Amino acid sequence: MNKYVKKYLRNDKLAHMWCPGCGHGIIMHQIIKAIDNLGLDKDNICVVSGIGCSSRAPGYMDFDTLHTTHGRALAFATGIKLANPDMKVIVVSGDGDASAIGGNHLIHACRRNIDITTIVFNNTIYGMTGGQFSPTTATNDLASTAPYGSIDRPFDIAKLAAAAGASYSARSTVYHANNLEKLIEEALQVKGFSLVEAMSMCPTSYGRRNKKGTVSDMLEDYKETYININAFNKLPLEKREGKIEMGVFKNETYPEYTAEYQKIIDRLKGDK
Amino acid sequence: MKMKMKSNVQFVQGNKACILGALDAGYKFYGGYPITPSTELAELSAVELPKVGGKFIQMEDEIAGIAAAIGASLTGKKSMTATSGPGFSLKQENIGYAMMAEIPLVIVNVQRGGPSTGLPTSPAQGDMMQAKWGTHGDHPVIALTPESVQETYYMTIRAFNLAEKYRMPVMLMTDEVIGHMREKIVIPNKEDIEIIDRVQPNEKEGYLPYGVKDGETVPKMASFGDGYRYHVTGLAHDETGFPSNSNENAKRLLDRLMNKVNHNLDDILDYEEYMLEDAEHIVLSYGATARSARAAIKQMRQEGIKAGMFRLKTVWPFPEERLLELSKNVKNVLVAEMNLGQMVLEVERVVKDNAKILFCGRADGEIITPEEIVETLKEEF
Amino acid sequence: MSRENLVLKVKPEWCKGCGICVHFCPKNVLELDEDNKIVIARPDDCIKCGLCELRCPDFAIYLEGDENEDEK
Repeated sequence: MNKYVKKYLRNDKLAHMWCPGCGHGIIMHQIIKAIDNLGLDKDNICVVSGIGCSSRAPGYMDFDTLHTTHGRALAFATGIKLANPDMKVIVVSGDGDASAIGGNHLIHACRRNIDITTIVFNNTIYGMTGGQFSPTTATNDLASTAPYGSIDRPFDIAKLAAAAGASYSARSTVYHANNLEKLIEEALQVKGFSLVEAMSMCPTSYGRRNKKGTVSDMLEDYKETYININAFNKLPLEKREGKIEMGVFKNETYPEYTAEYQKIIDRLKGDK
Repeated sequence: MKMKMKSNVQFVQGNKACILGALDAGYKFYGGYPITPSTELAELSAVELPKVGGKFIQMEDEIAGIAAAIGASLTGKKSMTATSGPGFSLKQENIGYAMMAEIPLVIVNVQRGGPSTGLPTSPAQGDMMQAKWGTHGDHPVIALTPESVQETYYMTIRAFNLAEKYRMPVMLMTDEVIGHMREKIVIPNKEDIEIIDRVQPNEKEGYLPYGVKDGETVPKMASFGDGYRYHVTGLAHDETGFPSNSNENAKRLLDRLMNKVNHNLDDILDYEEYMLEDAEHIVLSYGATARSARAAIKQMRQEGIKAGMFRLKTVWPFPEERLLELSKNVKNVLVAEMNLGQMVLEVERVVKDNAKILFCGRADGEIITPEEIVETLKEEF
Repeated sequence: MSRENLVLKVKPEWCKGCGICVHFCPKNVLELDEDNKIVIARPDDCIKCGLCELRCPDFAIYLEGDENEDEK
């Protein structure tokens, strides 16, 4: 068995419940590789999720794991982290979970800059409920609730997090799995709020309806579409059409929430 | 010299008494959102918690407030969230989560006039049925209703104790009157207060986070970060904590959850019987309204009317056996509450034809006066 | 441990037959059988690049042979 799987996943719970070709398993794989690279203590990691396909990941991961209510993972995680700042707290979330029902929690976790790493499994669709459009579904894409093409404009989650005040924000895809692993590893080392948006294909509820071909075709699309942000920024405007940036959008140091709170506690101790 | 002994007699409002009680119970985490008339609970927590190494966080909304408190409780910290009407509505889904995942938590609802934004600065007792039925699905409920500032102090401690003992959210259903009223309270000596902490496991090997052994009421609860590496979910789950779709298992889980309360009524139920020995008329009330009921009874007794009070201290579970017994010996059971008829439904269910059921309620933001209660009863004579 | 000593292995019970590993194998080593399960059809051609393992969503194919060699 894959050594990371053996060490970090609850093997008796596998095979997982995701559909054939779903990219989520690839993301989960990169998360545990990144954890291993950093030598983090398994007993001191907590993985929190909300509701949706992505949110089943913690059930497979051999840490303290919390499968919460839809959209609220970051709010639960904030309580865990503030109550026990020594824990490494990781949130896994889908695009709907993180940016629709949980959108408010996302921007406020970024604003507080609390030391939580969030991995958004972005498949641009509500997969578990059968393919309704999400806040990241591209305009004109088809969904069960956008039968004539979506007229909604999508969020760019990585940029949203950066603008909302996160210390670290990055994006990669499951095609670029090695890069994704590296970005997650970087995010886990940030002292502050870090977010990695991982683009992941949903062949069942998105690909089929939008005639995206096979799962492998969808991966090839990622290869064609996503280019490094620095290369993207050097492209003349007309060549940016159809391309999407990936890589690190932001990496800055700000005061971290739990550390700032500890300063208050220490100050009050001094006043006694 | 700062050697002056801190007086254990204080003159405080109900919301402050709640925080004093909470701190004496070992309260360490507040997650919430400002809302009238519960805001003082947040403000006082913000002042006091960091002094005892605890944590306060003002979250972005009511839902996040309870979510953060549940998260903190999972790390072993005694946690609270506080709110009023609209916020109580918003918290309902996560109340159900804490019930299902069996996470100790105290939820204080300082009730105000509703529905909707209603009367933010006026008292009400309009969330009693919401406390019982607000979140979806079947689940047990413990909800306490203090009548005074002093009782708010004790009931807050009791709320934490029950939450820890039965691994579930416990609701303290006060109201704007009790929350903002100032009264003298006496803070007991620490050694005179019984404090209950959740039972934690001491053996990682074979730990079943949702398994109970013979004689255990609730599963032992490991804290996140202690190396038990277990799974918590709001999905129906088996003893291991992992989701299970089996009907048999879902039944077993729900039975166990319900029986935490149903099989421990002797421990949980709390009520006061005031001048009921020879009573021909029961006034059933709770919270701030019970103060008017008490005054009404004193007045009626002076007039020779044999009235007494059955005061609910736990509205949920409802003390139905005792009420049924009492109702067999009286003519009338008058329910007085600041709503348009909530706990009276429960009284009707229990009392049936044993006595005539009268109702004295209002939901216009004014408290019920003793005179109104007296009048309601006298209409029957 | 050098790559040459790694052994390509499959865990067919976890394979869901998505075909990603087959598509991205640079040496055309892999195939899906009639049950839509992964098989190592041409093991001698394998260059142990690990691309199959990298993108397998199901942890059903992997290179084994480092510190976990004697475990299964």
